[in-house]
Amino acid sequence: MITYALRRLAYSIPVILIASFLLFWAVRRAFDPLSKLRLNQDPTAIARETERLGLDKPIPEQYLLWFKDFVTGDWGTSTRTGRDVLDMIAGAAGPTIQLIFWGVLLGAVIAIAVGTYSAVKQYSAADYVFTGVSYIGIALPAFWFGLLLIQIFGVWPVQIWNLAEPPLYFVGLHSVGHSDFGDYLRHLALPVVTMTITLVASWSRYGRASMLDSLTSDYVRTARAKGVPKRQVVINHALRNSLAPFVTVVFLDAGILLGGLVVTEQIFSIPGMGKLLLDSLLAGDAQLLLPWMMLVAITIVVFNLLADLSYAYLDPRVKLS
Amino acid sequence: MRAQSVAATTKTTRSFVGQWTLFRRRFLRHRLAVSGLVVLAMLVIACFGAPWIAPFQENHQDLITGSTGPSPVHWLGTDELGRDFLSQLLYAGRISMSVGLGVGVLSTIVGVLLGSLAGYFGGWVDELIMRLVDLFLVVPPIAILALLLQGFGSSSATIVLALSALGWTVIARVARSQVLSLREKEFVDAAIVLGASPLRVIVRHMIPNLAGVIAVNVSLAVAAAIITESTLSFLGFGVQPPDSSWGNMLSQAAGLLGTPQVHLLLYPGLLILITVLSVNFIGDGLRDALDPQTKR
Repeated sequence: MITYALRRLAYSIPVILIASFLLFWAVRRAFDPLSKLRLNQDPTAIARETERLGLDKPIPEQYLLWFKDFVTGDWGTSTRTGRDVLDMIAGAAGPTIQLIFWGVLLGAVIAIAVGTYSAVKQYSAADYVFTGVSYIGIALPAFWFGLLLIQIFGVWPVQIWNLAEPPLYFVGLHSVGHSDFGDYLRHLALPVVTMTITLVASWSRYGRASMLDSLTSDYVRTARAKGVPKRQVVINHALRNSLAPFVTVVFLDAGILLGGLVVTEQIFSIPGMGKLLLDSLLAGDAQLLLPWMMLVAITIVVFNLLADLSYAYLDPRVKLS
Repeated sequence: MRAQSVAATTKTTRSFVGQWTLFRRRFLRHRLAVSGLVVLAMLVIACFGAPWIAPFQENHQDLITGSTGPSPVHWLGTDELGRDFLSQLLYAGRISMSVGLGVGVLSTIVGVLLGSLAGYFGGWVDELIMRLVDLFLVVPPIAILALLLQGFGSSSATIVLALSALGWTVIARVARSQVLSLREKEFVDAAIVLGASPLRVIVRHMIPNLAGVIAVNVSLAVAAAIITESTLSFLGFGVQPPDSSWGNMLSQAAGLLGTPQVHLLLYPGLLILITVLSVNFIGDGLRDALDPQTKR
């Protein structure tokens, strides 16, 4: 399995390299890394930076220069804030990883519960309700749902009952001067629900489908015929086996989230990776965009690999080679 | 089961049932798909007929009233620029739906062609195209779209191009696998032996067999594109004012949180939800109707 993992990683390296080159090319075409310096009209500074970034050289050469710096951890200085890009990205990753952790945890638990129940009680009223809700969850623009949540749980209670502060916060992950867990949860609730709604909607469908697959398989019938109680068969036999495809999907989707929570972070003013990307894009901060994209792309590759490995781990019949 | 009784009657009368009739019958029996089709048709008529149907002209401003609540003249009220919200919604729907349809069609054409080429020729063509597909799997969609649109400017055309550029990989993989299995069929061998060129084999003999997956993919892509466009518009990278789409109307209404005008936030979102839901239902109906394994 380790050799398989290493081989897969080695195989993804050219993909990432080519992707990064194309991104580099697009960013250089679309954004002028010297836009801020040009405002000052200081020819020596412009000449110095042109020399340093190799802007007068062809794109492949510029790319090599940039890539050498990237690999050695010199990610440059943000033109927007003047801070070290590596520090900024490291700082932004924290809040996003917290969101991903809670969102994926909550989403997976709900999806497994809903999927399992829907499959066991197929075509029951509850199954239809869950199906309907997941249809809506998939068709819903998540940011709109988030805004409605803010109005319902953040704004109305304050207006109606004249509260000093809303029952659930919708700005950031902490109140100023507070670090207790209760305060954290009150900040976390709305963004996590916002990001979870789409995840649960699609994951619960996977959960239901793969659970239905297991429930109709021979080993479940055998176990029932041997007199194992239904509850035990569902949990120990069917659910255990239906988890393999489910976990794969969860890993695949979770990998995208590091760079995929742009809207959630924007609505709830959370200083994470998505917010950082937006701010940098609007300021034309080319220095930050490239390392950001690289890091997110590498994360996606690693999570794709984890998805494969988890499948092999959960389903011993699968041989990785 | 009603399906069986219908099958029984067709058998007793021994009438010949063509593919198209079969498809239509199956589709019409899918209740959600039919209601989706009806709702979508109404929305399309209302939005594209907006110049004749909408109570006010596009961007017509009632400067004296400013932002008002619902009234007999302005059914949904007016926004802060004094524009009739209902009329704006209908006009915005034209752009949202056109973008959705444009992406659905364009990404499907590109995806089907590249996927078929990969499946038909195999070898280095296949390698090249599938590695290209791999490239698109390692980038986060919203981030890359925002980057492209910010960098190269956003208009309806660039939005359609950018969304299609990212969306074609899904159908390409499906088309490739389908073509791989069609490649083994006798009628394809026959066409090749008769001297048909690869392009002719793909376009005339293989792609008609992909009609099912293509139709389903178009519907899924349209639905996804409408949501993605609204998300991008919300973030400021989508359709730019004075043009309005449901996404940028939502973006403007987002500033109304906590004000008495907050009800304006409801309508664009609801329209997106209803449109995407209808399209998804139609897609489900198409999939069931075109799947030869479904009982008629």
